[in-house]
Amino acid sequence: MISKEAHSLFLNGDEAVAHGVRLCRPHVISAYPITPQTITVERLADFVADGDLDTEYLYVESEHSAMAAALGAAYTGARPFTATSSQGLLYMCEMLHYVSGARLPIVMMNACRSTAAPWNIFGDQRDSLSQRDSGWIQIYCENGQEALDTIIQAYRLAEHPEVYTPVMVCIDGFVNTHTYELVEIPAQEQVDAFLPPLDSRHKVDFANPHGFSVSVNPNYHTEFRIQQQQAILKAAELAAPIDAAYKEKVGRSWGGMVEEYRMDDAESCIVAMGSAVGTIRETVDELRAAGRKVGLVKVRYFRPFPKDYFAALSGKVKAIGVLNKEISFGYEGSLTTEVKAALCGRGPVAVCGYHAGLGGRDISRDTIRAVYASLDRLLAGEDVNDPNYIDARW
Amino acid sequence: MDKPKVDKTFRFPTCMEEMPLGPTVKAGILTETNAGWRVKRPVIDRDKCIHCLICWTLCPDGVLSKELEIDMDFCKGCGLCAHECPKGAITMVSEVDGQ
Amino acid sequence: MLAKDLTEKEYIYGHKACPGCALGIVARLSLKVFGERTVVAVPACCMSATTFMYPQISYHVPAMTLAFPSTGATLSGVAAGFKAQGVDDVTVVGFAGDGGTADIGLQALSGAIEQGQNFIYICYDNEAYMNTGIQRSSATPVGATTTTTPAGPCSTGERTAKKNLFEIAMAHRIPYAATASVSYPNDLVRKLEKAKNVKGPAFLHVFAPCCTGWGFDSALTVEIGKMAQKCGLWYLAEYENEKVTVNQVAKDPEPIEPYLMAQRRFKHLKAPEIEAITAWRDKELQKVYAWME
Repeated sequence: MISKEAHSLFLNGDEAVAHGVRLCRPHVISAYPITPQTITVERLADFVADGDLDTEYLYVESEHSAMAAALGAAYTGARPFTATSSQGLLYMCEMLHYVSGARLPIVMMNACRSTAAPWNIFGDQRDSLSQRDSGWIQIYCENGQEALDTIIQAYRLAEHPEVYTPVMVCIDGFVNTHTYELVEIPAQEQVDAFLPPLDSRHKVDFANPHGFSVSVNPNYHTEFRIQQQQAILKAAELAAPIDAAYKEKVGRSWGGMVEEYRMDDAESCIVAMGSAVGTIRETVDELRAAGRKVGLVKVRYFRPFPKDYFAALSGKVKAIGVLNKEISFGYEGSLTTEVKAALCGRGPVAVCGYHAGLGGRDISRDTIRAVYASLDRLLAGEDVNDPNYIDARW
Repeated sequence: MDKPKVDKTFRFPTCMEEMPLGPTVKAGILTETNAGWRVKRPVIDRDKCIHCLICWTLCPDGVLSKELEIDMDFCKGCGLCAHECPKGAITMVSEVDGQ
Repeated sequence: MLAKDLTEKEYIYGHKACPGCALGIVARLSLKVFGERTVVAVPACCMSATTFMYPQISYHVPAMTLAFPSTGATLSGVAAGFKAQGVDDVTVVGFAGDGGTADIGLQALSGAIEQGQNFIYICYDNEAYMNTGIQRSSATPVGATTTTTPAGPCSTGERTAKKNLFEIAMAHRIPYAATASVSYPNDLVRKLEKAKNVKGPAFLHVFAPCCTGWGFDSALTVEIGKMAQKCGLWYLAEYENEKVTVNQVAKDPEPIEPYLMAQRRFKHLKAPEIEAITAWRDKELQKVYAWME
């Protein structure tokens, strides 16, 4: 039996997610295995078999069905969980829209992985970013510890009465899902104090029957969409307070939508999401020690997008390199676009979009050093390519 | 006759605060009748009727009561009851000229 | 129970289905059997398009619309959600059309039967995608004109034979499956009652003639269903405890031509096509007769 007290375990990212889910006491788990999410669903099955988790574990026959089953369970007032990646996320794309429009507080882990073709099982963010319009809150985690903590925060955020929006907790495939670190598991009591049982407003009530996911014609459709947008934007206001409440009950904090690292007098910075952030932190420390004025902006919440933060960034730095583990074909990296749009017209700052780590190519300190070197050239008024495939072979 | 009725008190929301939480809305609300669909209406000859309730069972819209009253707000005039009545006790009569 | 002894309370009312629509019969009778503690799940189909237009919701029980392929999976989820919370006196029922069952919904149905949660899946079969304008499905019978298999000089209509959903359910060793018809309401009610009491999945395949899509007068819905039964193109059977019971089948089936010619969708058929369909009918009936031995 897993201890109910706080303790530490040597876990990979997938396992950390599984523990986070366990602590949230989901009623129903419906998930279909796909690399590199598999260890999460396997570990959850272990918890059930070992008596550490009391849940209805549904073995669905596809990812589309996994989300459909989660939706069905949510309408009974149950707290569901599912997890997927890449092809599976795309397979359930229709259901992502369904769930968010239905305003159901479902939490899902996505192991970020590239999408075929070409076939690739390794980590990049084109799967989750391709679903940025689906109406789900998207939070990108830097490591396994953050993934565990964010799963728990995600349920509280999703189930907040002014939000009722599903949350996708994103963790990079292999480089996070399969790498090991010492993870602190909170006490069940601490999580229970932070996350109360769900009292869903969408619950089936035989005494007061409702129609769920009804059709809405042009006469009122716009108003439902405005309502949906207002709710997901409300999550932007709640990100920091919920994280603060988590710190109070569990003792760890990850900041709100955005985290700044050594930005106080930075002249240039990299904006990044997910696993690369850890490598960038170390590179910033190295370069700072050598006297360079560099910083890092970690984007935690991609949806809702922290546009107010970026609108103010132009006054602080002179050059921004946006690191994308993805590319939106026909234009540029999705994160680049968001950052540039938020900065638009706000004042002089040079922005360049960099692409690295596509299809799981390792993002090393060399890669990051190259980005900062490129930003130096940008600062010196030289032409750098934008978008810039900083780790391409040629 | 205890059939659901059009809810004349229903009002659409006039501001965001009056909107339901997403597309989850109270069930059983009717805001309009189906009477306008009809070109014929059923007329029951109670002398011929043997109370077999085949018409009540088969009506796709459930507008008959077991006492053979018909909710004319929601009868679509399909004629299934008239066709299936074993005693020919139901006649479909035109809404336009009464034939 | 006989259909006429069911409660007078209407659990679905005021819907916008066509006059004479068989789904109205299926839904009304089903919900009278299942009662107030029923959750209805309906994918994209006539049943949802005609009952769920904000703010007019025709159901008087909790009901939800679903993504088209997902009926089976959603039913599993609803059943599992109740089970996880210790709620057990609930009927979880899905109403899906033939397209949403035999085509896009087949995978999820298969997975749901295999998972074995407690739900009822009712496929009302009007033999095409009627809601979207009468396009063919894999339940459309050979020779039928639909908007995607239109008859013309180069085509005699639908080319391939109807999928047998009853046998597909049987192949899963489902606890209970049955064929039924709106033309035989007492048989339908009996099967609905059985489905309600089954522990685990139950599947009903209900013949639901469509006056709009098939092309006959709205008053003839039930009669057309009886004609289909009498000429052996439909049969009433049940599968439980891994055995088939044939409730009613045409032992001496009538010629199919009057049935076909009573509907606009078959009016173009000539003798060779009618012979071919008759031969198919005869072949299928052999299997049904074999169950009776």
